[in-house]
Order: sequence, then C-alpha cells, then structure tokens
Amino acid sequence: MNIVPILVTAAALFSLGIYGILVRRNAVMVLLAIELMLNSVNINFILFDAYLRDTLLQGQIFSIFIITVAAAEVGIGLAIVLMVFRNRQTANLNDFDLLKW
Amino acid sequence: MVNNNLLLPQFFAEAKSFTDGGLLAEYAWTIVVLPFIAALAITFFGKKLPYGGAEIAVGSILFIFVYSFSLLILNITKGVVNEFYVQVGSIGKLSLEFGWVVDGLSIMMYFVVGTVSLLVFIYAVEYMKGEIRYTFFFTSLTLFAGSMLVLVSSPTLLQLLIGWELVGVCSYLLIGHYWEEKENSSAAMKAFITNKVADVGLMIGIIMLALSVGTFRISEILYSATHGNENISNIALIAGVLLFIGAMGKSAQFPLHVWLPDAMAGPTPVSALMHAATMVTAGVYLLARMFPFYEGVAAPARELVLLIGVLTLFFGGCLAIVQDDLKKVLAYSTVSQLGYMVTAIGAGAYTAGLLHLWTHAFFKALLFLGAGSVIHAVHSNNMSEMGGLKDVMPKTFKTFIIGTIALAGLPPLAGFFSKDEILASLSHEGYTLYFAVAAFGAFITSFYMTRAVIKTFFGEYRGDGHPHESEQLMTIPLIALSVLAVISGWVNIPGVYTGFTSWVGTRGIPIKEYHPESFDLVAMFSGLSAGVAGIAAAYLLYMKFGNAETGDQKIKIQPVWGILENKYYLDDFYMKGIVDPIKSSIAKAVNGFNSNVIDRFINNVALLMSFFGKIVYSNLDQDGIDKVVNSVSVGTENVGGQLKLIQTGRVQQYLSLFLSGVLVVSIIFFVLY
Repeated sequence: MNIVPILVTAAALFSLGIYGILVRRNAVMVLLAIELMLNSVNINFILFDAYLRDTLLQGQIFSIFIITVAAAEVGIGLAIVLMVFRNRQTANLNDFDLLKW
Repeated sequence: MVNNNLLLPQFFAEAKSFTDGGLLAEYAWTIVVLPFIAALAITFFGKKLPYGGAEIAVGSILFIFVYSFSLLILNITKGVVNEFYVQVGSIGKLSLEFGWVVDGLSIMMYFVVGTVSLLVFIYAVEYMKGEIRYTFFFTSLTLFAGSMLVLVSSPTLLQLLIGWELVGVCSYLLIGHYWEEKENSSAAMKAFITNKVADVGLMIGIIMLALSVGTFRISEILYSATHGNENISNIALIAGVLLFIGAMGKSAQFPLHVWLPDAMAGPTPVSALMHAATMVTAGVYLLARMFPFYEGVAAPARELVLLIGVLTLFFGGCLAIVQDDLKKVLAYSTVSQLGYMVTAIGAGAYTAGLLHLWTHAFFKALLFLGAGSVIHAVHSNNMSEMGGLKDVMPKTFKTFIIGTIALAGLPPLAGFFSKDEILASLSHEGYTLYFAVAAFGAFITSFYMTRAVIKTFFGEYRGDGHPHESEQLMTIPLIALSVLAVISGWVNIPGVYTGFTSWVGTRGIPIKEYHPESFDLVAMFSGLSAGVAGIAAAYLLYMKFGNAETGDQKIKIQPVWGILENKYYLDDFYMKGIVDPIKSSIAKAVNGFNSNVIDRFINNVALLMSFFGKIVYSNLDQDGIDKVVNSVSVGTENVGGQLKLIQTGRVQQYLSLFLSGVLVVSIIFFVLY
C-alpha cells in the first residue's frame, strides 16, 4: 500500500487550513479552516490505523473523538462569534482587539 | 524531724514537777500552722463561698480557741513545760531551728490570741459586710493571728524574729486596708517604718545573744544567763537595751508610740485585734519571755525599761484627754496601758505585767469593738458628732460602760486587780516616784474614759442620721468580752486565789519575783481613789457643770493643751528633724547624680546617635539604597512600556509569529540532524 499520496493530501489539507486561519478576516471562515486542519489529522489517523492493521482500532476511535470534539468546538466558536457580531455588528477579526495593551 | 529539747531535764531541774503535756503539747504546732493553711484556702476558695471566706477564718480560729482552752485547762490542773524543735539548717555552729514551746506563758498567750481573735473575727463578719476586699481582709486577718502565734510559740529567737516581722507585715496590710486614701496608706507606712527602726535594735540584740551563747534557743540563752555564763553577762546590758528597743517599737513605747494612733486608719476590728491580742502585746511578751535574763544579768537595763514604761503611761494618757476621735482616745489609752505593763516588767513584777496584758486584752478588745459598733451606727469617728447614744444603742452602751469601768480599775472588774498588782509591786520595790506617777496615771485613765463615755453616749445627739443598735453578730462578741472583762481579773486576787501567778510562772527557768500575799492597802487605796477621782472630775466637768461640748473649754489650759494636741510635736520632730533632712539630702544627691551623670551620659549618647543617623540617612539611605531601588523601578517601567507594544490584540498576528517561530525551530532542527 502506497501511503505517500494520502499523506501528501493530508499535509496539503493541513496547510490549507493554516493558510485559511492566517489570512481570512471573517471569523466564520477561520472556524471552517480549523475544521480543515482537524480533518487532515483525521485522515492521518485513519491512514496509519489501516496501514499498521491495529487490532485495537485506536486510530479510528481517536478520529471519532476528534469529530465529536470538533462539533462541540464549532458550536462554542459559532456562539462566540454570534455574540460578538450581535454586540459589535461585525465578524472581522481585525476589529477584535480588546486584549490590546 | 521533731526533737524534744534533750537537755530539758538537765536545764529545767526545777521543771520536773510539771508534766510534758503529752499529745496535746506535741500537736500544738497545729494551731500555729492552721491559720496559714486557712489563709491559703481563703485566698483560693474564699470568693466562691457564701460568706466570702470568713467562715474559713472563723472556723480555724475556733479550732485555735478550743485547742488553747484545752491547753489552758491542762496547765491550770497540772502545769505544762515542754519544747519541740525542728532543725531546718545551720550557719556555722549556729543551728537554725523552728519549733513550738508549750509552757505557762505561751499557753496564756495562745488563749488570749485565740479568744480575742475568735470574737473579733465573728464581729468582723458583720462589721465588714459590703466593704471592699472583704475576702482579702479575712486572709490578712487570719495571717495576722497566725503570725502572732508564730511569735508566741517560738522556742528560738530566730523564729520569734520571723513572727515579729510577719506581724509587722500583716499590720501594714490591715492598717492600709483602705489604701485608696493617701492618709491610710501613709499610716500603714508609718507603722511599718517605725517598727522597722525598732526592729534593728531587736535584730542586733538577738544576734549578740545568739553569738555569745552559740544558740538561738531561748531556753538555753536563759539558762546561760541565770547560771553565770561569762559571755552573756559581758553583753547583757547592751543586748538587754537593744531587745527592749525592739519591744518599744511593737509595744508602742514613748517615743516610738507615734505609729499606734495613726494605725486607727485601719478597720475597727483590726484595731481591736492589734491592741488587744496580736501586735502590741508582742513587745511585752518578749520582755516577759526574756524575763529571767532581765531579772538577772541584764538588771541594769531594766531601769531603762521602767523609766520608759512610766513615761509612756503618763504621756500616752495625757494625749488621750485631748482627742476627739473616739478610736484615738482608745489608741492612746492602749499606749498608756502598755506603759503600765512595761513598767511592771521593768520593776521586776513579771506576773503583774502579764496580768495586766491578760485583762487589758479583754477589756480593750471590748472597748474597741464597742467603739466600732458606735462608729458603724453614726458613720463618724468623731465624738463631736456623737452623743445621746445610750438609749438607741443599749447593748453597746452597757458593754462599753463595763469596759470603761474595767479600764478605770474599779473593783471587782478586771482592771482593778491588774493595776493594783502593778502599783503594789512598784510600792514594794520602793519606786516611790514611779508609784506616784502610775497612780496619777490611773486618775488620767478614768478621766479620759469617762470623758469619752459622756461625749459618746450622754447628752444630745450631734450627728446626722438615725443611729441604731448593731446586728446580733456584733453585739454577741461585745457581751462575751464584757463577761471576760468582769471576771478575767479574778484569776489573781491576792490572799484569795493567785492561780494566774502559777499559770504564767510555769516556766522552765523559774521566775523569782515578789508575790504579794494580800492586798497592799496603800497601793489599793491610791489606785482606787485616783480612779474614782478621775471619774468624778470628768463627771463634774462634762455633766454637772457643763456638757460634752463645753467641758473641753474649761481644761484648755494653754500652752499645755496645744502641746498635747500636737502630740508633743513628736511627729513634727520626726518629720522635720529626721525624715526631711534625710529625704532632702538624699533627694538632692540623687537629683544631682541624675542631672549631672545619667542625663549627661544619655544626652551625649543621643547626640552621637543623631549624628550617625544623619550620615546614614543622607549617604547610605538616600544616595545608595533609594537610588538603586528607584532606578530598578524606572528601568522596569521603561522596558515594560516598550514591550507592551507587541501586545496588539490581533490573534492572527500572534499565530503568524508563532508559526514562523515553529518554522525557524524546525529548520534549525533539520539542518542540525
């Protein structure tokens, strides 16, 4: 089994996520980019689980955990964004500078 | 370990006819120790008890009374002579011993202390009710009685000295009971200091005697004195005088009597106890205890004793005439009566002196308690605010009258027999002048007592408020004492019954003195007529041809009255002549030392310190430490001000920086490996 193309796919997906986080100004888009990164990790887990034929299926179990945590994280993240938008009428991350000196 | 005096049979060849007292004598130490235990118990538990500790005091004294009464009965029936010693240590060859002596003299004193204390304690329960420091008062009172028992029970001069000083301390506490007022605390101080002056004499005398004989034991000293010991006869005169100086202080002999009237500042029960049983009799007791010594080798010192005694009885009595304070009349009366006792001892009349001590204890306690009862009712000590009390206070009046007659020396009351015995002895020993003064003293005695009675109980009431008879707890001791004031003289009626002579004569060393077989008619007649004349004179002055207020006017003969009112200027002399010069010179010296030496030293130290302080402040503190601290803080602030600018609050910027960091680290990692 050739794992290299799949690893490259996952790495590309991860880099895409990082890129999205760094350049996107909209908070919702940043959250989506985080999802990309999490999914690239999932791919890695599944890949190595299958590749190493793990009898305990740890890679698959972990990826299910990550999906669950991602769902919860997106729920909280969207709620925060919503509250911020309601208060400040914007979702632009550059305007969220309350922690400035 | 308790030792009998092993040499007793050898010493007391004459004492063989007496018993050793058996168990009763062996356990006589209980009556000495008990008051101290009781005082401790009162201190710790007194305040929790319903009568504030008074019940413990009365209970312990009741035991002492019963025990001393049993001893007295035993002494009357069989005669007891015994001594017990407990050695506690030694100084060179001198062994320090405590113990107790049981013989006629000490048993008589136990009984006097026990009886008078018991009645005074019962009286005080009511009299002191509601006063401050009630429990403490009973602690001190019990200690007072206990100290006196230590004194009279002592077989060694050392223990006698300890008891002597304990009595002084307790009297100080009790006289100053109301110490919140300056007057009272000064009176306490005066009593204490006057006694201390005299105690120096006593102490030197004791040391001389102890060193010359090589023991503190009184019986051995007396044995040496009566059996021609060279050492003791050489110092006998000086030691005798020194011991007597000690006795002068405690027994308030002229001119050291000044503390006694001031001691009236204490509560009345204290005065009663002090004047009857526990303090002023100590000096007379000392002279009586050492009587074989004074009778023999120290006979020349007795001349001084006699002279001082006569002076005291005369001058003390004169002072009593001019007093307005009822208690002070009685106080000077005590001075005068103590003069009689000392006169008797000085004249070599051992029994007569002790008989007067015995009777005087009862009727003087009675008079004081009566005066206390009056004072309790009218809330004043001054006779000018009394008068007319005979109807409102019948019991007090009757008992006071009995005490007065007993003191004035009319038969068949107690004072007659004792005073008569003293006069008879003076006349027998051939002291005609002293006899005349003593007889005149009897006139003075009955004069001032009648004056006091008239001013207190007759005429119109001159005070405020409505006096009433005292409580039963106060009148019962009065009645008991008035019975004793009547009958206590009957123990020694010349020619009829002279038991008292053998009671107090029951001593290891026999007393050689003159015992009158019958009444000395001349002495009796002069004493009696002087007494009656005194009463009559006072009656005429204050009742018949005048009243309580105007009576004093007629005898105000200047300058005599003025001298008397100023107490012969003795207090002034002591104050201006002795206390002030010493005080001012010492004060000046101390002040000079203070300002020239101590102050200068302190000032210089302070100057030096402030100089150093300035240097340290400006150079080290301001220029050194403060600068470092300030620059550190300024530097921190500047760095912080610059560094805070990187906190932009932009999450994506943070992340980019973080990632570039990770990138750099990764590149380094790859390059290296």
